[in-house]
Amino acid sequence: MTIDPITLSVIQFGLQQVCDEMDLSFSRAAFSPVIAEANDRSDGIYSAEDGSLIAQGAGGLPVFVGTMQYSTRVLTERIKEGITPAPKPDDIYIVNDPYLGGTHLMDVRFARPFYRHGKLFCWLSNTGHWPDTGGSVPGGFSAAATAVEQEGLRLPPVRLFKEGQLDEEIYAIICSNIRVADQRIGDVMAQAAALKVGEDRLNALMDRYGDDVMVAAIAELRTRAATQMRALIQDIPDGVYSSVAWVDSDGVVDEPLAIRLAIHKSGDQLTFDFAGSSPPCIGPMNSVLATTLSSVYLAVRHIFPEVPISAGAFEPLTVIGVENTFLDARYPRPVSGCAAEVSQRIAEAVFAALVDALPDRVTAAPAGTSGNFALGGHNAEKGQDFVMYQLSGGGYGGNADHDGLTNGCSTIGISKAPPIEIMEQSFPVLYHRYALREGSGGAGCHRGGFGLEYEVELRHAEARASFVMDHGRYGPQGVRGGKDGAVNTVTVWRNGEASVPPHLSKQQDIPLQSGDRVVVATPGGGGYGDPLTRDPDAVKMDVMLERYTHDQAKEWFGVIITTDGEVDITATREQRKQSATHL
Amino acid sequence: MTETTLAQHVIGIDVGGTFTDLVMLETHSGAVTIAKVPTTLDNQAYGVLNALKEADADLRAVDLIIHGTTTTTNAVLERKLSRTGLITTHGFRDILELGRRTRPQAYGMKGIFTPIIPRHLRLEVAERMDYAGRVVTPLDKDGMRQAIRQLLDAGCESLVIHFLHAYANPEHEKQAAAIAAELWPNNYVTMGHALLSESREYERGVTAAVNASVQPLLERYIQRLVTELKSNGYQSEMLVMNGNGGTVSSQDVAREAAKTVMSGPASGVIAAMNTGKAAGHNHLITYDMGGTSTDVSVIKDGKPSVSNEIEIEYAMPIHVPMIDVRTVGAGGGSIARVNAAGLLEVGPDSAGADPGPVCYGRGGTEPTISDANMILGRLELKSVKSVEGGISLDHIKAIFDESLGQHLNMDAVAAADAVIRVANAKMAGAIRMVLVSLGADPRDFSLFAFGGAGPLHAAAIAKELGIPTVLIPARPGITNALGCVVADLRQDFVQTINTPLAKMDAKHLHDVFIQQENQGRAIIDKEPIDIDEMSISRSLDMQFVGQTHILNVNLDHMDLPASQDDIQDLFEQVYFNRFRVKLDKINANIVNVNTSVIGKRKAFDLSQLIESDGRKSSLADARIGTRKVHVAGQFVDTPVYQRESLPLDVSLNGPAMIQQMDTTILVEPGDRVSSDAQGNLFIHVGKGAE
Repeated sequence: MTIDPITLSVIQFGLQQVCDEMDLSFSRAAFSPVIAEANDRSDGIYSAEDGSLIAQGAGGLPVFVGTMQYSTRVLTERIKEGITPAPKPDDIYIVNDPYLGGTHLMDVRFARPFYRHGKLFCWLSNTGHWPDTGGSVPGGFSAAATAVEQEGLRLPPVRLFKEGQLDEEIYAIICSNIRVADQRIGDVMAQAAALKVGEDRLNALMDRYGDDVMVAAIAELRTRAATQMRALIQDIPDGVYSSVAWVDSDGVVDEPLAIRLAIHKSGDQLTFDFAGSSPPCIGPMNSVLATTLSSVYLAVRHIFPEVPISAGAFEPLTVIGVENTFLDARYPRPVSGCAAEVSQRIAEAVFAALVDALPDRVTAAPAGTSGNFALGGHNAEKGQDFVMYQLSGGGYGGNADHDGLTNGCSTIGISKAPPIEIMEQSFPVLYHRYALREGSGGAGCHRGGFGLEYEVELRHAEARASFVMDHGRYGPQGVRGGKDGAVNTVTVWRNGEASVPPHLSKQQDIPLQSGDRVVVATPGGGGYGDPLTRDPDAVKMDVMLERYTHDQAKEWFGVIITTDGEVDITATREQRKQSATHL
Repeated sequence: MTETTLAQHVIGIDVGGTFTDLVMLETHSGAVTIAKVPTTLDNQAYGVLNALKEADADLRAVDLIIHGTTTTTNAVLERKLSRTGLITTHGFRDILELGRRTRPQAYGMKGIFTPIIPRHLRLEVAERMDYAGRVVTPLDKDGMRQAIRQLLDAGCESLVIHFLHAYANPEHEKQAAAIAAELWPNNYVTMGHALLSESREYERGVTAAVNASVQPLLERYIQRLVTELKSNGYQSEMLVMNGNGGTVSSQDVAREAAKTVMSGPASGVIAAMNTGKAAGHNHLITYDMGGTSTDVSVIKDGKPSVSNEIEIEYAMPIHVPMIDVRTVGAGGGSIARVNAAGLLEVGPDSAGADPGPVCYGRGGTEPTISDANMILGRLELKSVKSVEGGISLDHIKAIFDESLGQHLNMDAVAAADAVIRVANAKMAGAIRMVLVSLGADPRDFSLFAFGGAGPLHAAAIAKELGIPTVLIPARPGITNALGCVVADLRQDFVQTINTPLAKMDAKHLHDVFIQQENQGRAIIDKEPIDIDEMSISRSLDMQFVGQTHILNVNLDHMDLPASQDDIQDLFEQVYFNRFRVKLDKINANIVNVNTSVIGKRKAFDLSQLIESDGRKSSLADARIGTRKVHVAGQFVDTPVYQRESLPLDVSLNGPAMIQQMDTTILVEPGDRVSSDAQGNLFIHVGKGAE
């Protein structure tokens, strides 16, 4: 059956709409701020045969762009093999096993079979980040775990809802193994209800166009998405584009982990070869394969945002060379850092490799860390236990058009930061500073955006602080002559004495008392292009706004600003000439 | 309050992006005068005066002018603001620049953001409250004085005082404002908690900063306009539209200038609400499709949906109660393209107003929705007001053929039809998302279509969404000006209390309501305007403890003081209606206490918006010709009617085109049209004779 291109456009839009409505209803009904406010969730439609991605909500968290199809694929395989029981209408499977097409344990996937005329037609699936799934630290981001069992409860695919009814027995097991379990039912119901919304909407779409047309349209859309991606790839000159990106450490062994990437561009194909990257690590900075693939896809989508998310768009992208590296972790390697940190470093490697080939589209490296600071303990004033997260953004990379954005969210996220006032209402803390981090943007013709600097004090409470951050050792990469952004720093003040975590950006369970303070400074973005070519007036403006000092203007940009704030044109010309010859 | 029996002349004037519209109503006879003149962007007052001239209004005999202006909206969007300084809590001057850690779009790591006040004009002073409003650090009054002097030296005209947790305890902000009152040479001082006493330091701070930095601009504009009006003999009061759909008097408007931002779209919604009520349609989706944007809002039970959380552009939230109008598309100027996958896309890029669509003849070369309507015979080149001539239909077809048809393997007409189909599907989808987010089912609503292009697409979109009826008001092109004429006086109050329901003191809650009500009554009582009646609307913003989204729980049908149990029951019911999830084990939290005080103005007879004199007695007499119009896949000889000539009790079946001064209505085959005494037309989707 051939379908006219207009019906095809309309069906493509219709499928997208089904997913967007699932996303929206999930967020609106969810309990935990992680989903409701931070949109740490994603919804999509996946094929019945192999789980491949038919459509996914545009508002989903970018890191889930590729993972859910692997998760659904594993489910379909296990059903075929008889390991997992076959579905019945209104069943919903729950799974969070990272090695079965996942990310970390906190990303809990639901999958609902979608039937037409009594036959399985496709899967509706979603992922939501639960605030806790058990394990050694509240929230699951243990920087010191050496096996997945320490990270939390691991669920293989089981039917949490059987023919529409919540299995209270399975749910009781889950609740006995996670923290703050009494609020989870709200998220579970929201996650399940979103899939039901998807079912209703998809049925309406199929009733309208007919099952035969829909089947043909889905196949055709896949082919066309591949064509679209190929056309974009075609414009990149053939060749090999290489880069290296570094993860500070795995949290247990204090050694940097390397992501070595060689992208082979040939015709309309991109092959991402990670051979030579570091071997699997002891600590939790391993990535499971699904997350590694997803990280490559999301980086490519940041570069080509016009291509809709579908399995077809991924067809021209091949990932090789991950075997025996920390980018293809197997059981029981700990993996809590993969979704938030390693994924961003993979994206950075893709950006760094392709920026020379696509200088107008690709930016210098963004801050590239989720800046996870977890604080858990007892609030004496309110007489209750608490778990607080502070996730932080940083500067984005400069690019061909502009300076980088200041305090953007992580590469793999789209979330808003919670207001300081809400944090202080909810947790026993007092912020002393929440400020633009001066001098942190990497120098460049277009400089990097600035990071964030905050100082927070624990009050009326005892607690333990944990950090899973990155870019403490090397700043986000500058490109095309631009300088790196400032590195991430963490300082813990206990009893008036300052200390820095041995791994710089990662540490677990630091005991804190009332009055102790934590100071975090997040990375600035990498600079783009030679800073000596930056418009002196732009440097003057940055100095006037106290983003850079006079000295930094001189040393990094070769611009001399007089005491009354003007550019000394002659001295600047001289300074830039000198700086250039020193290179 | 005085009883007025004499006839009055009331004028509504709305300044839009392209045109300044005027409606003048003589309340006794219901006689209506309409004017439409180009907007004068540099100083909107000239356009306003031109409109008055065109309407031949004798200002000495005019009793009331209600004005909608885009002065503040434009100033914010273009960042052409007064020089404004900020003094804030030590350690937090960058809140306004750091925002909420976002990027403009999910994919693509680029973006720029300009804070509303530049960094060197944001100063800090020692002071601190905790979340409960307890003093951690007292206000450094000397530091305050020094900071004020520094900002004055830097040439600031307006000042914002914005301290953390001032919603919980505004004492430090008040002390600081008292110091500022001694030193600051004018009244342009805005305290963070004054407009909206709600937690969230970024949103509250931006709202206050916007207010301060548009205050002088708005005040000067309004004063200039009032002076001009007076010199032309006008002796009465002028009211100004706010974004909440209410009005305030010209002397008060600058104090809360931020509330006028986005007032233009709000007045359209007010007109829709009013027209719908008179026609017995109290559930409406307003659909305003113009040349550069398509705006949508929802009216339920005769009340517009209001939000405190509107973001007028990327990272620019203005948290004062405003009518929730959402832009869902780029309007008639949306550009159509074939992408690398060989699929047709319409928007999001727009040809804007300049160069605009190809058919405008201003050098546009990319095919747009408006151009597609031309090719399909739904619009006529000669009917487009902005057209500058020299463009032929063949030229437009050639562009469609080259840009779209050749890639899609179809001729220009089929390509144009495809553009409309895809555009309608897309707009319908975007409207669905708005409805879903507000928990509304399209089948319960009528579609209120206005704007130049709304009535052309409305029936198709209604069909797509399962909306049974389209309502097209008598004067779709001047809806906003009409909204000015009928708008009430309105004051909104929001107070964050953030208290678990279980710990709520019913008396305290009641006191907050009463205090808000008294405050509102006091303001409205002072307005020199006749009020028919005062109405109070109360609601709570609530959530389950542990949740972040809030739900608005309306208390209008509840006896006060409300008990904990009653509120809990009502909240659970609202929650269930919205999410279909029953969660009775979890405790509820009251976040905000809201009161709206509405001074209702006298209702006007609007049946003469289309003069009864011009109406013909039969349908045949109203027919002005026949045109080939592309509907349901082919060109069909379609009767064309003049709207103003249609008999009052018209009934006709599609296909038909109905033309009027400022819009064109498409009635597709299978749909039926009826009318009412107010001059409204209704398209009954799928109810026509085949």
